[in-house]
Amino acid sequence: MELKEQIRKFIESNLVVFEDEAEFSDSDNIFEMGFVNSLFAMKLVNYIEENFNVQVANDDLEISNFNSVNRITEFIENKRSAAA
Amino acid sequence: MSENDKEIKVVVWDLDNTIWDGILVEEDKIALKPGIKEVIRVLDARGILQSIASKNNNEDAMEKLKELGLDDYFIYPEIHWNAKSTSLAAIQKNINVGMDTILFVDDQPFEREEVQSVHPDITCIDALEYKTLPHLPRLNPRFITEDSVRRRKMYQDDIKRKQEEDTFQGPPEKFLASLNMKFIISECREEDLKRAEELTVRTNQLNATGRTYDYDELNEFRVSDKYKLLVCELIDRYGSYGKIGLALVEIMEDSWHLRLLLMSCRVMARGVGSVVMSYIMQECKKAGKKLLADFKHTKRNRQMYITYKLGNFKEISSDPEGNVLFEHDLTNIQPYPPYIDLVLP
Repeated sequence: MELKEQIRKFIESNLVVFEDEAEFSDSDNIFEMGFVNSLFAMKLVNYIEENFNVQVANDDLEISNFNSVNRITEFIENKRSAAA
Repeated sequence: MSENDKEIKVVVWDLDNTIWDGILVEEDKIALKPGIKEVIRVLDARGILQSIASKNNNEDAMEKLKELGLDDYFIYPEIHWNAKSTSLAAIQKNINVGMDTILFVDDQPFEREEVQSVHPDITCIDALEYKTLPHLPRLNPRFITEDSVRRRKMYQDDIKRKQEEDTFQGPPEKFLASLNMKFIISECREEDLKRAEELTVRTNQLNATGRTYDYDELNEFRVSDKYKLLVCELIDRYGSYGKIGLALVEIMEDSWHLRLLLMSCRVMARGVGSVVMSYIMQECKKAGKKLLADFKHTKRNRQMYITYKLGNFKEISSDPEGNVLFEHDLTNIQPYPPYIDLVLP
């Protein structure tokens, strides 16, 4: 599965809103839209570290790195290429 | 043996020649060790959780425990033929406590050494010494609170919740909604103080500073105009999780300073940590002050750091000892989750 798709699936399985049709684009800010909460943030960081072999440093913990499908994907890709 | 004086939260028992005399699979005549039931009951009443790591046939052993009237005392028992170090690891993960708060009781030196070699922080004790357990300082919490008396029951409720959650068909927020959660934030009362102290001592993961406060200190905050001391309780259709959160805010001239924020790890999966934070932010905003928060890095509280950082707190200073001062600009306050019924002070 493509990285973007994987991230999207993870977000979709962790929404806190009821609307079944909660739709968001790859660039939508999922935090500002109220689709996810701080618990999601913790889960997301654990998910990234466990599944993509990426270490999230304290300095990386900025909401801007994680607030949309695109930003999360970019974050993982940058980390990976930095490690390669 | 690891030397520490941390309060023991979980006692893990072997069965053969530890809780009873005889070896079950060899069809020995099984008899409880004299007085063992009383030891188990006393620890249970103090809010110390108990589990089992035994090499046995699971079904036979559980049946025997039932027959002896003991089965209900143990949560997450590990009864099989695998190494006991893996059993202890599973118990630690399921109950979600630090290794250094676990006590393992077994009659066989081999088993104790095997566990110790993998988990150096666990305290191991020879089963011969079982009668001394109730006298050990680490098994004597300073207070027995309402929450400690109900602790095993609360964990057993959790097991039922988890089973239902695992078999629940549908999105997780629907499951959360089906729990009918009620989150109560209230000003700390005198009768909450023992539990409040206990929370500062027992909570490691979702704890912003790791500072502990005793009864008298907390009482001073409680009665002072310069502080707000808030306790949180969570209830759902299975019952109460007990008092599971504590927040201390110092009211300063132009700011509110969050000195302490902690939440029991039992409610981590319920997403209630952000609720109390949002409440404090909204009240602070109403009061027209800025919001500061103390944080200190400890070995186990990274989750809390992530919560602050991704909850839009900005680090305004930090020192080499791991102390951090956060500020929140009070824009973008998380709305309360729709699946929680909120009761505010």
